[in-house]
Amino acid sequence: MNQALFTYLVRLGDNCLILSQRLAEWCGHGPALEEDIALTNVALDLLGHARLWLSYAAEVEGSGRDEDQLAYLRDAGEFQNVLLVEQPNGDFGVTMARQFYFDLWYSLLLRELRTSRDERIAAIAEKAAKEVDYHLQRSTDWVIRLGDGTPESHERMQRALDDLWMYTGELFQMDAPDTELRDRGTGPNLEHLREPWLQHVTKTLSEATLSVPGETWMQRGGKQGVHTENLGYILAEMQFLQRAYPGAQW
Amino acid sequence: MTPEEREFQQKIDAGIKVEPKDWMPEAYRKTLIRQISQHAHSEIVGQLPEGNWITRAPTLKRKAILLAKVQDEAGHGLYLYGAAETLGIRRDQMIEDLLAGKAKYSSVFNYPTLTWADMGAIGWLVDGAAIINQIPLCRCSYGPYARGMIRICKEENFHQRQGFDIMFTLTRGTPEQKAMAQDALNRWWWPAVMMHGPSDAESKHSAQSLQWKIKLFSNDELRQKFIDQIAPQAEYLGLTIPDPELKWNPERGHYDFGAIDWDEFHNVIRGNGPCNRDRLRTRKEAHEAGAWVREGAAAYARKRAIREAA
Ligand SMILES: [Fe+2]
Ligand SMILES: [Fe+2]
Repeated sequence: MNQALFTYLVRLGDNCLILSQRLAEWCGHGPALEEDIALTNVALDLLGHARLWLSYAAEVEGSGRDEDQLAYLRDAGEFQNVLLVEQPNGDFGVTMARQFYFDLWYSLLLRELRTSRDERIAAIAEKAAKEVDYHLQRSTDWVIRLGDGTPESHERMQRALDDLWMYTGELFQMDAPDTELRDRGTGPNLEHLREPWLQHVTKTLSEATLSVPGETWMQRGGKQGVHTENLGYILAEMQFLQRAYPGAQW
Repeated sequence: MTPEEREFQQKIDAGIKVEPKDWMPEAYRKTLIRQISQHAHSEIVGQLPEGNWITRAPTLKRKAILLAKVQDEAGHGLYLYGAAETLGIRRDQMIEDLLAGKAKYSSVFNYPTLTWADMGAIGWLVDGAAIINQIPLCRCSYGPYARGMIRICKEENFHQRQGFDIMFTLTRGTPEQKAMAQDALNRWWWPAVMMHGPSDAESKHSAQSLQWKIKLFSNDELRQKFIDQIAPQAEYLGLTIPDPELKWNPERGHYDFGAIDWDEFHNVIRGNGPCNRDRLRTRKEAHEAGAWVREGAAAYARKRAIREAA
């Protein structure tokens, strides 16, 4: 098995799966009916991506596991999503700040992956990129509207952006599997995504009359399976049925 | 009847649709506002019992289907509020009435979803009963409502199929899964049968609504249709409908069924169902927690309009 490729795909899949799971928690609780529908839409798109990445990961692994076994039968230490996506929904501002940071990074990454030497990755990225561009438009729009809205919405948006900032460093961090895939022309150098990411953040926040969070210690560990306390609860809920009724078909 | 009313009734009898700008009796307008907004509220509150299982769906495929279904229901709420707005009421007002406990929604959503099999039972029975109520409404006299219903019914068919498919899979599964399916049927059967409303003898609004073609069949006719459709499906699944009197009656060409516990029905309508308080509280909390977002967005829109005018 190609271990680095497997890890790379699992990370992509886990990011999408865990963020989708978080967004699904909003269902029926959004601030307006249109937002409820839009949040569910993003959750559905990301779930679709998660299935594509994890199915491919399972094929690469070649030991008979499928998307569901990867999603439902791994424990927290084997999940390799970035810490950002497992952070709690908080208020709508927190959810939009998390989404904005993620959408922007994911859209930049997908743009690169469209030219991956791995044709399957390139094809998935091509399809996903269109959806994520739309997600990014929406989350960017909300950051601006809430930042430049009322004093309360401004303050909440700023706080949300500040609080999540420490989880953004990990997005651009390279480790051994990333380096191996970059060398093979399968994936980009993640460090190179940092500059365009920061540019878009700076431009958006300035339009939103918000400030870019200051230098801070960046958290890390998700990509290597060392998570925040949140992930255990997410998995306990998500995996409940598969764990309670081992081997059943649903 | 005034000449206007007579002309209005003739138009309805001739099958001509009533459109928002047309003259209509005040009582027709009021009845439709009540009916459409109740329907819209049902779609919105109806997101909650199923939303309860999205994060616990047992496979990624089931999760995707359930998410899509619950999203459809929110979309139905949106079209229906839109249809009601054509009658001169604002969505804000309707939502306020719902949150204040003044407007009703389908009582069936005041029952809890306790296991995954409830996702099957809801799709199969609750969406199934809804379809039977709604298909005739595609031909109702009020244009915007009829057109909304055509769109909605297409999606409801998919909802019922996915529910049946969940039940089918469970009944072909382990003994625990089969028991889960039977338990869900036991709990959802009577609430679903009651979805068609009180029996004709008791129904307050029926006669006038039938005449206006905003109702095309009586509650009891719709209920019979539902039971006739579901009974053989339950048999195919190998599940037992919790009604010992349910039996095919070859003379009538219909299933006979046992007496409905209307006492329970009226109690749930009055707010005493197991989840009435929870459902409304959840909606209220979502609405209140979202106030700063709506205000922020409105403030931004105002600033922008001023900047653009300058
Ligand atoms: Fe619906
Ligand atoms: Fe439905």
